[in-house]
Order: sequence, then C-alpha cells, then structure tokens
Amino acid sequence: MQHHLLSPAEWDALAADPDFQSLLRARRRFILPATIFFVAYYLALPISVAVAPAVMSLAVWGPLTVAWVFALSQFLVAWVLLALYLAHGKAIDTMAQRILERARTGSPA
Amino acid sequence: MSTATLVMFGVFVGITLVVTFWASGQSTTSRGFYAADRQISGVQNGWAIAGDYMSAASFLGIAGLIAFYGFDGFMYSAGWLVAFLTVLFLVAEPLRNAGKYTLVDVISFRLRGRGVRAIAAISTLTITLIYMIAQMVGAGSLIDLLLPHVGYTFAIVIVGVLMMVYVLFGGMLATTWVQIIKAGLLLATSIALTLLVLGHYGWAFGNFFHDAATTKLEGATVNLLQPGLLFRGRDGSLDMISLGLALILGTAGLPHILMRFFTVPTAKAARTSVAWAMGLIGVFYLTTLFMGLGAATIVGQDHIGKHLRDVSAIRYIATHPAEAPQLNKQLAENGFVVPERNTNLATPLLANALGGPLLTAFVAAVAFATILAVVAGLTIAASSAFAHDIWWNLVRNGAGDEREHLLIARAAAMIVGFLSIFLSIQLRGLNVAVLTGLAFAVAASANVPVLVLALAWRRFSRGGAISGMLVGLVSSLVLIAVGPSVMGTKALFPLLNPGIVSIPLGFIGAIAGTLVFRDRESEAMFEQLRVRANTGLGAEV
Repeated sequence: MQHHLLSPAEWDALAADPDFQSLLRARRRFILPATIFFVAYYLALPISVAVAPAVMSLAVWGPLTVAWVFALSQFLVAWVLLALYLAHGKAIDTMAQRILERARTGSPA
Repeated sequence: MSTATLVMFGVFVGITLVVTFWASGQSTTSRGFYAADRQISGVQNGWAIAGDYMSAASFLGIAGLIAFYGFDGFMYSAGWLVAFLTVLFLVAEPLRNAGKYTLVDVISFRLRGRGVRAIAAISTLTITLIYMIAQMVGAGSLIDLLLPHVGYTFAIVIVGVLMMVYVLFGGMLATTWVQIIKAGLLLATSIALTLLVLGHYGWAFGNFFHDAATTKLEGATVNLLQPGLLFRGRDGSLDMISLGLALILGTAGLPHILMRFFTVPTAKAARTSVAWAMGLIGVFYLTTLFMGLGAATIVGQDHIGKHLRDVSAIRYIATHPAEAPQLNKQLAENGFVVPERNTNLATPLLANALGGPLLTAFVAAVAFATILAVVAGLTIAASSAFAHDIWWNLVRNGAGDEREHLLIARAAAMIVGFLSIFLSIQLRGLNVAVLTGLAFAVAASANVPVLVLALAWRRFSRGGAISGMLVGLVSSLVLIAVGPSVMGTKALFPLLNPGIVSIPLGFIGAIAGTLVFRDRESEAMFEQLRVRANTGLGAEV
C-alpha cells in the first residue's frame, strides 16, 4: 500500500479536506449526544434507586416494579442506539469511501 | 453426575483440539498468531467477542446474585450490555483503522517514545493478569465444588495447560474458534434453562414474577423484585454507581476484547462484530434474569447448597422444606457437608431441578468450557503485550525477523501460562468478584482516558499519557488496597469498587500532564491519526 508513503503535508491536506471535515462533524453529531445520553441513562438507574427507593418500588405491571421496567428498558435503549448507529454508519461509510477514492487516485480536493 | 460432566467436558476439549490442530497449519507469521491474518468475518468476530466476554462469573455469579438479591443483581446485567455502546461509539472502528495488533499500537501511534509504550504495556499486563487470576481461581473453586475428587490444583493445571496448547499451537485463529464454540454452547444452555423455567410456570409470566416477589429465606419472605437487597445505605448506593461506571467504561479498555478488533479485515467488519456481540450478549444477560429468579423460586434460596455430591439429598430437602432442619442435622451427624448458601451454585442447581443430573452435568461442563475459552483469550492478549509491545518494540526496536517475533510470542504465552497457574494456586480463596471488578476499574481508569484522548484531543501529549496511565493505575490499585475488600471493617476507603474516584483521577492525570508538558510531535501527528482512524486510509492489512 502506498498510503504509508504520504508526506505529513499530504496527511494534513487530507485532514483539511472539506469532505473529511464534514465526515468528522457527522460522526460527532451522533456520537457525542448518544454517548452522553446512554451514560446518563444508565447511571440514572442506580442513582434513582438510591434517592427515590419508594418510587422505584411501586408496582406497575403485576408485581413488576418501576425499577425492573427501568432496568429492562436499558436493554431496549442499548439495542435502539445500536440500530441508529448502524443506520448512521451507512452514510459515514459513503463519505469515507469518497475520501479514500480521492486519496488513491491522488486527485486534489 | 461427575462422570457425565467429565465426558461432556472431554468432548468439548476434543473438538477444540481438532480445531487447534487445523489452525496450527494455517499460518506461520506474527500476523497470523496475533490477528488470525485478519481473516475473521464480522459475524464470526461478534460471536467470538461474546465468547470472550460472557464469563463463568456471569453464568454462575450473576445468576447467583439475582437468585439472592433479585433486582440489585440484575442491575449488573444491564451494565454488561450497555458497556458495549462505549466500545461501539468510541473505540472499535478507530482501533481497527489505526492499530496493528494491540491497543498500545494505537496509543503510541502519535505518542511515540518508549515511556508511553512501556507503561501502556504494563497496564495491559496488569489488567489481563488480574482478570486471568480471577477466572482461574474461579475455575479451581468451581471444579472443587462440582467435581470434588478432581481437586483445586489439578483443575487449575488442566485449565492452564489447555489454554497454553490452544494459544501456542493455534494462535488467534484457534482461540477465536474456541470462543465461537463456547459462545454457542453457553447461549444455547442459558436459553434452554430459561425456556425450562418458563415452561415450569406454564408460560405464565405473572405467576413467575409473583413467586419471585414472595420467595422464602430462612422462614422470612423476601421480595426479589424490590431494589435495595444488596446495595444498602449511602455507601451501598455509591458502590453501585462506582461499579456501574467502571463496567460501562472499563470494557472499552479490556485488552483481550480490544485485541479482537484486529482480527477482522475492515472497520466496517469491526462495527458488524460489535452489533452481533451486542445482540448475543443482550440475550444472554436477559436469560440471567430467568435463571437467577428461577433458581430462587424453583430450587429455593435455602437450598442453593454448597455441595452437589448429594444431589438427591439436596433435591429431597428442597422439595420437603418442613423436614429440612431435621434432615440437615442428620446429614451433619453422618459426616456429610450440610448444604450452605453458595450463590455460585444457583445455575447448576436450577439445571438439576429442571432437567435432572444429566442437565446438571451439561451445565457444569459448559461452565468449564466457558472459563477455558476466556483464559485462552486473556493469554493471547497478555502475550501480545509481552512479545509485541515490550520485546519487539522496546527491547529490539522493531528489529529481528518474523521467526524471532513468533518465537518470542510463543515463549511469552508459556510464561504467562505458567505464571497464572502458579499465582492461581497460591492465591486460592481470593474473592473472584472483587478481582474482576478491579480489572474493570483499572481498565477504565488507566487505559480508557488515554485511548479516548489520544483519538480526540489535538494537544494531548506523551507527558499527559504517562501521567494519566500512572495516576489511573496507581489510584485504582491503592484504593482497592485500602478498601473494605482488603482491610475489612478498618478500611480507609469505604467503597468496594474504586471507579467513581479513580476514573476521574485518570482523566485529570492525563489532562494535567498534557497542560504541563507540551508535545509538538504528538500535535503534528494528530491530523494523520485522525484521518487514519476515521477513514481507514493506510490501515494495516
């Protein structure tokens, strides 16, 4: 592969490429809020058990309590975020592919 | 039942040895040894990650925690799955794009220099050895419990020798297939047990949860659906939060999991493998709910006993609670071990109650297979830190040929194998759950801040990486040493898991070190790393 032979200036040029910048923005736009959300959502479980045990012990579905529904919803949230990321990844792949093609053929941005 | 267990375990070992023999002929390069020539598909790698991750600690330990502490045990289960979002969003694809064999490769791509590599390799070795000893001590105790005549030391030697054979002769390719086979077995067993539990209740979820809300323990009624049975008071709550934090961040710093991303051809395959792993792991942790609560309601908490030697006796006692005190007394007078509470036995006893001795034997064999597969994955990760990071890149400065590289890698695997056999025999009786939690806390405090900052922060410097890893590593180890799991009631630090303090300290150490030590070279390399990590340009093939 020739890519190892790119000069530092060529790498920097690729990094400054508007297409690459929009790829970074697209990734960040998904990953940053999604990461903050899932960390907060997961930590909310032990925190709410600690600060509001009475609410968490309320039975909502038969004998199942709020705490259980909250814990089970973590599985759902994880899988939904995974599905969203996979869908989002398709657009990212297309953008990355374009940048790769250009780097291979050596045509300027 | 022990003969049946040995036969089934023997069949598993036989199949995996055939796989190892096949794999040994496939490759003679270091790329083959560490990364299976990057020929593993996304789906295969997903199964293998699941196999690496679903340890006996989960199959037996978490199910046991749920059997006794209900909701508080299940909170763990959710965290094990959520943890993979960190891997998916932050590390899987950049790692595949920018690394060669180890996470140290990725860190030292822009943070060049011997100091960073040395400390990162030490942190990798620390984490894998702690995790390995936890698994092996667990294996020994488990075999001791289920097959008393085999014995602790012999069990550890068997597990240690087999894991060395897989790694030495089959490298990453054999290790991968051992993981895949084991993941399939473990999932099938857990799903079968879940279906048996639900079948026992005639598929009436209402009745099942109703029973779980009214289990009996030593005469008192326990509601397993109520939170707060395990984590009580202020320290209990903080401990749960601390453990949760270590779990969801630490997974992204576990060397044996991260190493799997170098076995696939592309970043896209790395993403596919996390997707499959999350599906499989999610289903598995949902089954722990039914195995755990099922053991509590069907076997009964009072009867999750210490020794399976007298299964029929335990079963009789379990079904005749009124006679239990009398029978237990008689057993003791006749020199039998009276069943005591042991949370690790919830799953095997549930299998016994639902499927008789044959299913129990199968569950025990699956548990051994599980431990064996996990330690094989750990051995290859530890030997890569030893051979690739320390020997190849530090001692030899990248000189030397393939033959030497491979030789050192195999020698390292042997050293790691013998070291862990020796340590596990010495450290018999150590608390396995504490060790596992510690491995996660060290990974989250020492590896994750540096990995994330190296990929995302332009200014991040070698000084920052070194101070971040040192602070994270030392603070998590020290806080465990002065915590209740080592010092008991005289502990200086109140929490079992140090994550809530040591993870922020790791980040602070990395940021402070960066602000003090400027590093122009690292800044200059940042754009290149970012292009590589995000597009796969120039990725190792």
